[in-house]
Amino acid sequence: MTGEGRSDGALERLKREGRIVVVGASLAGLRAAETMREKGFAGSLTMIGDEPYEPYDRPPLSKQVLLGNAVADHTALPRRRAIDADWRLGVPATGLDMSARRVRLGNGDEVEYDRLLIATGVRARPWPNAEEGALKGVFVLRTRDDGEGLQQALAAGPRRVLVIGAGFTGSEIASACRERGLDVTVAERGAAPLVGALGGVIGEVAAEMHREHGVDLRTGVMVTGLEGDPSGRVRAAHFSDGSTVEADVVVVGLGAQRNTEWLAGSGLGAGPRGIACDAGCRAFDIRGIVTDDIYVAGDVARSPHALFGYQFLSLEHWGNAVAQADTAAHNMLSESADRRPHLWVPAFWSSQFGVNIKSVGVPPMGTEILVTQGSLGERRFAAVYGYQGRVIAAVTFDNCRWLPFYEHQIETTAPFPPPFATVDRRPEGHKPLPADFPDPSVPTHGPTITLSGYSPADRKMTFTPGRP
Amino acid sequence: MRLVVDLNRCQGYAQCAFLAPDVFAMHGDESLLYNPEAAAEQRENVERAVAACPVGAILLELTDEDMAEMAAPDAVAGAGSGGAR
Repeated sequence: MTGEGRSDGALERLKREGRIVVVGASLAGLRAAETMREKGFAGSLTMIGDEPYEPYDRPPLSKQVLLGNAVADHTALPRRRAIDADWRLGVPATGLDMSARRVRLGNGDEVEYDRLLIATGVRARPWPNAEEGALKGVFVLRTRDDGEGLQQALAAGPRRVLVIGAGFTGSEIASACRERGLDVTVAERGAAPLVGALGGVIGEVAAEMHREHGVDLRTGVMVTGLEGDPSGRVRAAHFSDGSTVEADVVVVGLGAQRNTEWLAGSGLGAGPRGIACDAGCRAFDIRGIVTDDIYVAGDVARSPHALFGYQFLSLEHWGNAVAQADTAAHNMLSESADRRPHLWVPAFWSSQFGVNIKSVGVPPMGTEILVTQGSLGERRFAAVYGYQGRVIAAVTFDNCRWLPFYEHQIETTAPFPPPFATVDRRPEGHKPLPADFPDPSVPTHGPTITLSGYSPADRKMTFTPGRP
Repeated sequence: MRLVVDLNRCQGYAQCAFLAPDVFAMHGDESLLYNPEAAAEQRENVERAVAACPVGAILLELTDEDMAEMAAPDAVAGAGSGGAR
């Protein structure tokens, strides 16, 4: 191996007898652990997870599980190999001592590491009023337990379900409710479902889909309060337009929060937008200096991407967790010259109302949109997003076999509007429309991609250069 | 028997739904739904589905014997996965 000749053998020693700790026992943590073993890591491996379960898959929770086609506690992820780890499940990490290289756990234990991988992901954003959020019948949907609880509540046949927030999760829940024959109201603060992720043009298509399937969709409204009955069960919700909806199940689908609080005061560059890292998954400390022993992967990581102007992207995408975990694990066990960047092209899918929605690239970066194939009306189409004269993203509704083509266009910074005359025969011709994304300074339930380091809503900072 | 489908890769060819209809089902024209913990007697069908998937999107859990074999130090170098990477 290359390590022998040019280094002091530290890497070989790490591989042989080092201690690696992975905080976060979900998709990214598991896949990283498998990759480390695959690369010959023979030292001790500790997996820390706050939930009592071994790593499980989340996408089925808002689809198969709610439809009753799969059971929430049967979503454990298959293993690609045995990882021979010391599992610390049901105990959250509560602190990090970077200089002593130690992770503190909720039960008072401390675990020492030579290399640390942080993959703590995100959690569902709770209803802002804790008392209302604690009413019986009020759910969020992120964990296995959430999925199981909501499935049971739906199986009990509620008179009406209220879904707050029409992002992907909210829309999938509404779809599952309708398929089960339940009455459902969806309340969305934006102008349409999915606007945060896909913009207003596609959001309008999603809105029609909801309504055609009998969803009582209310857009441009906020839920101002939840009301319980004397037994502490949710009974109704009050809306900002003065209306009231009676519902015995309420699902709060307001996006996610990154699990970084446990790193407060540690000196790591972690905050509400995730943990900043370089393209090789090495975490930055709060001084902007890259660490060499702490790596991040998955939903909690924010890394710069060459294709998207080196903006720091944090991606709540299944495939990103898999790919970033693989890269982080590789880099943790490599000399610097052998490390590789994580340059995954963002991609996600959703399944709702029997329609397969897929996307590649970063749609919210797009300012214009052009339907290149099919038609919005038939809900079978491909559309591309343009940004400064290039293709930056694409979305398909029931047209996913074309996505690799558009992915290639994004990777090769193809011009927008695309130069090809027609990919199929379209009467509308080539007329890009404004993509119609909401003002990013207005908080929404959260797109699946967070762009750049600063939110336009953040206060400006003052730069005061130090003088000796 | 655990399995997971990489639905970024899945392009709705539905080969799995033909070969193991008790585990995989199409929902609409393109969307795939599957049971992530299939019954053991479905193993042969699921293995056929794994082999038939044109985009290699199905990852099926290794058996205990597979894993024991891979855990042997000599086997590390050649270890690979049958499904998604």
